[in-house]
Amino acid sequence: MTLLAATEVRHLFGGLCAVADFNLDLQAGQLMGIIGPNGAGKTTIFNLITGVYQATQGSIRFKGTELVGLTPHQITALRIGRTFQNIRLFRDLSVLDNVRIAHYAQANYSPLEALLHIGRYRHEEQRIIDNTRRLLGIFKLEHLAGETAKNLPYGLQRRLEIARALAIDPELLLLDEPAAGMNPNEIDQLMEFIQWIRTEFKLTILLIEHQMKLVMGICERIKVLDFGETLAEGPPLAIQNDPKVLEAYLGQESVG
Amino acid sequence: MSALLKDAWDGLLDQSWLVPTLLLIGLGLAFAIPEYNWLNKYIQLVLMYIGINIILTVSLNLVNGYMGEFSLAHAGFMAIGAYTAALLTMKVLPVVAYPVLFPLAVLTGGIVAAIMGLIVAVPSFKIRGDYLAIITLAFLMIVKSVIENIDYIGGPRGIPGIKRLTTLPWVFFWTVATVWMIRNFVYSKYGRGVLSIREDEIASDLMSVNTKRVKFLAFMLSSFCAGIAGALFAHLLQFISPRVFDIIKTTDVLIMVYLGGIASIGGSILGATAYTALMELLRPSTMVALLNWLPDLVFDPLNQYIIQNLGVWRMVIMPLLLVLVMLYWPRGMMGQREFRGFIPRRDRDAHRRINTRGEKL
Repeated sequence: MTLLAATEVRHLFGGLCAVADFNLDLQAGQLMGIIGPNGAGKTTIFNLITGVYQATQGSIRFKGTELVGLTPHQITALRIGRTFQNIRLFRDLSVLDNVRIAHYAQANYSPLEALLHIGRYRHEEQRIIDNTRRLLGIFKLEHLAGETAKNLPYGLQRRLEIARALAIDPELLLLDEPAAGMNPNEIDQLMEFIQWIRTEFKLTILLIEHQMKLVMGICERIKVLDFGETLAEGPPLAIQNDPKVLEAYLGQESVG
Repeated sequence: MSALLKDAWDGLLDQSWLVPTLLLIGLGLAFAIPEYNWLNKYIQLVLMYIGINIILTVSLNLVNGYMGEFSLAHAGFMAIGAYTAALLTMKVLPVVAYPVLFPLAVLTGGIVAAIMGLIVAVPSFKIRGDYLAIITLAFLMIVKSVIENIDYIGGPRGIPGIKRLTTLPWVFFWTVATVWMIRNFVYSKYGRGVLSIREDEIASDLMSVNTKRVKFLAFMLSSFCAGIAGALFAHLLQFISPRVFDIIKTTDVLIMVYLGGIASIGGSILGATAYTALMELLRPSTMVALLNWLPDLVFDPLNQYIIQNLGVWRMVIMPLLLVLVMLYWPRGMMGQREFRGFIPRRDRDAHRRINTRGEKL
C-alpha cells in the first residue's frame, strides 16, 4: 500500500527552483532515505510534505488525502511526525511539557472545558500525562521529566525530539539528519534505535542523512537528490555503484 | 529543625482544603471589611484598585508573558468594557431596583471586549513582535478617538455620574473568577499551545498545535478579562472619559506585568499589589497621613520640600521603575516561576522526578 505519494512536485523560491519534478512512492512500513549534497532540496521536501511550504506545483498525497493546501497542524494531525535538522525543542519548557504539547490534536476537549477544568478535561489530561510518561520511559528520559529541555545534553535532546514526534502517534515519521553531530559509535546505536522504534511503533520512516554508513546500513530504498532534481533511486547497493551518484558526491573520476 | 518546619509547610501547601479555605476567608473579609468598617474608606478603595489591577495584570501576562507577544491594547479593551457596562447600567438595565443585574453588565462588558479582542487577533496571525506592538497601539488610538467622536456617550467629556456599584465583595469575586479561569487556561492544552508559540511557532504548528486558534482564544480571554476590569473600574471611579484609558494606563499594566515577572500568575498578583500600593504611597496626602506622627521639627521641612512635590515625582518614578526593572531585574519577582498553589496537582505530580525504579525522588 502506498502511504505517501508525491507526483511532479515543484517548488520555487522566487526564481530559484529548489525542488523540480519530485516523485515519491513510499510504501507503508518502508524505511527510505533521501541523500544528496547540501542545498539539494532535501529539507525543502520535508517542509513541503509537512505544509511549512506550499508546493508551487504538483500533488502530495498521504493515504489518499491531498496535503498541498493544508496547514502544518492539519497535516500533523493526520499522523505525520517529524524532527528537525537543527534541534527545535521548546527550549525553555520542561521535558514533560515538550512531549505533552505534541498531544494537542489528540486531546479531545473544548476551550470551555479547559477554562473551567470540567467535563472531559480531567480524563484527557490524565491520559496525556500517562502517555507522555510512557514515552519518556521508553526513551529513558523519565527521570528528567521536570528538567528544562535546554539543559539536556545534545544526545538526549535528539532523543527527546524523537519522543516528541512519536507523541503525535505517527504512521509516518520524517527524520531530518538524525545522526548529525554523532560519532561512529553513537551512529551504530542510533541505527539500532531507529530499527527498534520502527517495529515498536509500526512506523513508515523517511529520513534525510549525510552519514553514508547509516543510510546504507538501514534504508531499504534510497533517493538521491542534487540541485532539486532526482539523480537516482533504488536499493543501497545499486545507489552505491551508480556513476551519477558517485559524480555528484565524490566529483568526477579523474583518470591519471 | 528547619527541615522539619519545611516538611510541615510543604505538607500544609499540599492539602486540598487549603485553597478553598483561603478563598472563603477572603470572601468573608470582603464582606466584613466594608460592613464593619474595619479599614478606613481610603484603604478599602485601594484594595479594590488592587483587585482590578490584578485582573488587568494577569490577563495581559497571558499575551505578553506566556505567549511572548507585545500587546499595547489592554487599556483599549478596558475602555470598551467600561463604556459598555456603564451605558448598560445607566440607560438599559434597572440596576437601582435590581442591583443583582450589575454582574450582567460587567459580564457584557467583558464579552464585548472579547469580541474586539478577536478583531485585534486577526492581524496578529501574520505578524509578531514590534509590528504587533504597533498594530495594538493603533487599535488603542482608534478606540480612544472613536469614543471621543461619539456624542451620545459624552465624546471627549466622558460619562459622569455612573452609579457606584463596584463593592469589595464584587471585586473579590471577579478577581478570583478571572484569575482562576486564566490559570485553568494556562494549565490546559491551549495554555501549553500558548507557551509553545512563544518558544517556536513553526515547531509548535508541526507538533499539531492549531496556532491560529490558540492565539484567537488567548487574545479573547485576555481582552475579556480587561473588559471586566474596565467595567468594575467605571463603577468604582464613577466617571470615565477617553483620557482615562490612554497609553499611560497600558504602561501601568505593563510595569505590573514585568515587575511581577512574565509567565507567572503569582508574579502578576504580587506585581499588581506592590505597584498599586507603591503608587498610592507616593500620593502627598497618603504620605502626610503616614508621616504626621513625626515631630514637627522633622515633619514640617519634609512636608514642605518633598511630600508636596510627590505628585510630580510619581510620574518620574513610574517610567524610571520600568526602565530599572527591565535593565536589572528582567525576570521580575517571579519570572517564569509559579506558586505551587496555582499549579494543578496533576501537573505537579507529573513533573516530579522519578528514578528508574519508579520511586519518587
